[in-house]
Amino acid sequence: MASVEKAKLWGVLAQYENPAEIFHACEQVRDEGYSKWDACVPFPVHGLDKAMGLPPSRLPWFVLSVGLFGSAFMLFFENWTMSVAYPIVVGGKPLFSLPAFVPVWYEITVLSSCLTAFFGNWVLSGLPRPHHPAFNSKAFERATDDKFFIMVEAADPKFDLEKTKTLLSALGASSVEELENS
Amino acid sequence: MSAAAIADTSKHRGDVALDELTSQREVLIRGTHTFHDITEIVCRVNETEIKKTPRPFIFMFLLAGSVFAMFGGYVGFLIWEGPGIWGNNNPVGWAWDIVNFVFWVGIGHAGTLISAILYLFRQKWRTSINRYAEAMTIFAVLAASACVALHTGRIWMDYYLFPLPNQMGLWPNFRSPLEWDVFAVNTYLTVSALFWYTGLVPDFATLRDRATVRWRQLFYGALSMGWRGSMRHWVTYEKAYQILAAFSAPLVLSVHTIVSFDFAVSQLPGWHTTIFPPYFVAGAIFSGFAMVLTLMIPAREWLGLKDIVTVKHIENMNKIILLTGSLVGYAYGMEYFVAAYSGNEYEGFTFINRSFGPYAWAYWIMVSCNVITPQLFWFKKIRTSVAWTFVLSIFVNIGMWFERFVITVTSLHRDALPSSWDYFVPVTEVLFLLGTFGLFLTLFLLFVRFFPAIAMSEVKSVMPQANPHWEGYGKHAGHSAPAHGHATAAAVEGGH
Repeated sequence: MASVEKAKLWGVLAQYENPAEIFHACEQVRDEGYSKWDACVPFPVHGLDKAMGLPPSRLPWFVLSVGLFGSAFMLFFENWTMSVAYPIVVGGKPLFSLPAFVPVWYEITVLSSCLTAFFGNWVLSGLPRPHHPAFNSKAFERATDDKFFIMVEAADPKFDLEKTKTLLSALGASSVEELENS
Repeated sequence: MSAAAIADTSKHRGDVALDELTSQREVLIRGTHTFHDITEIVCRVNETEIKKTPRPFIFMFLLAGSVFAMFGGYVGFLIWEGPGIWGNNNPVGWAWDIVNFVFWVGIGHAGTLISAILYLFRQKWRTSINRYAEAMTIFAVLAASACVALHTGRIWMDYYLFPLPNQMGLWPNFRSPLEWDVFAVNTYLTVSALFWYTGLVPDFATLRDRATVRWRQLFYGALSMGWRGSMRHWVTYEKAYQILAAFSAPLVLSVHTIVSFDFAVSQLPGWHTTIFPPYFVAGAIFSGFAMVLTLMIPAREWLGLKDIVTVKHIENMNKIILLTGSLVGYAYGMEYFVAAYSGNEYEGFTFINRSFGPYAWAYWIMVSCNVITPQLFWFKKIRTSVAWTFVLSIFVNIGMWFERFVITVTSLHRDALPSSWDYFVPVTEVLFLLGTFGLFLTLFLLFVRFFPAIAMSEVKSVMPQANPHWEGYGKHAGHSAPAHGHATAAAVEGGH
């Protein structure tokens, strides 16, 4: 590994054994001022986003805007089909019969919001992404099982191979390895 | 694994740390399992080689599969001949097709309640059962959709249901409850599927990372979309999950409400009542929980999931059955009260006819299964007994099917014109109902075999050691339930 050329180096990967370790390690890495780094954990460790200093997700804003749009569109659409495109009185209800429009209006509001939440989630996370440098690591296979990882990218302005490795080890990493670009 | 060892632990209802309703984290997952143990327990089922699939499973699958195949043949016959092969007559134009539809949609509701409402209420015990229940929701709604899509007669005209203008430029009537239903059920199916898949992605990633065979690597690799557990992703993911839960929660109430509008908005005595929406929703949750239990009790036995799906989970579900069952019983009584109190003679006749008329047998089956059965869960012995729960859950399933039969058929067979009164007798509908069970069970068995049946990442996140401030079993003042791990530790060892 040591012979890996600098240009091929993607970053370093440190393994931690439990939520407490990763929690404290993340707090330290955050306080050191790193920006291009990440923690990979098998489940969302409570409070880890704060320990990493992550901002809240922007997803709700997307959901709100698309939901409002879908909602407004459907009410318009129901009224347009029922009273403009082909006005026809059924069951003695007025052409614009708001109470009877509510169920479909409501369902489309829910549907458009949920589709946005679903697709927005993957888009904001950059998924699907079939490959990632961390997948080259054998140890990383347990990131979805029971081990906790921190990776710092070589592209981070504060990155220094030796210093970063020392820092991650000092924070209790059970192993630290270098990741190649591939 | 030694199933016997795990089976043995279930008899220790003595470790009734289970029975405390303290919601302490420790009692949710029995034994002193590590995160890795959870992965092993859950993945083992999916990672068994195809050739080594257990015999009972193959038997069940062949059984369900042949019923499903029969359903395919029956549907062909139905499309060829039309609904004339059913016993529907005048005035009973709606019969088993609609009964089955309402039955299956109702079943789905438990899954959404568990995954959405219990999530929003921070009921952590849901994590052990939500994946299952959500799968059940989706397959039940698919079965329901099959009923309703196939009952139209000329099914190649089903696109009339969608908001498209016909050849004359006429649009579907958005003021009609039947059109509301199309939107309600389709939205429900879509949102449930999105919710389910979102929950599955991190667990698919676990299976991908553990895969030892090429096809499994590719299969789970594609399904997991490259999930790597990044905390940056988890932040958005959890938000998405929360939003989906928040939108699904009102769906629990709205879907069956809209289904009930199919009845309540009509002018027929016995259907035209304002109690229908809450009564249908309570009944839906009631029947859904019963179906979850019917499926889960054998599954936890066969798949060795007893430490994850504990007696406490079963008891909690039984309590919900007791509550919703009592609501349903109350609604039955209230219907009679309203019929009497309204002084409307048609309404009055309908209800007297319902309990003493030609379909009285169906009515009394319904009452005994739905009103009497759940009341047995007042007894702790019964609601913590796996065998009792299993038997009673089947009674509830039967009762709830009959409820829809009673509502649909008894109200129709006596209409306003006595000369058209008739008695509906099913002809080949039995195959239709049976066939939807084949569809449901085939999908369910495939799910259990190839998809992680327990939400691993969620279960891990409610384990005590998931807390970054946890210091070991019984060491932390905040989490004092030191008594529980004792009986199971040995069994857990035996489990691997």
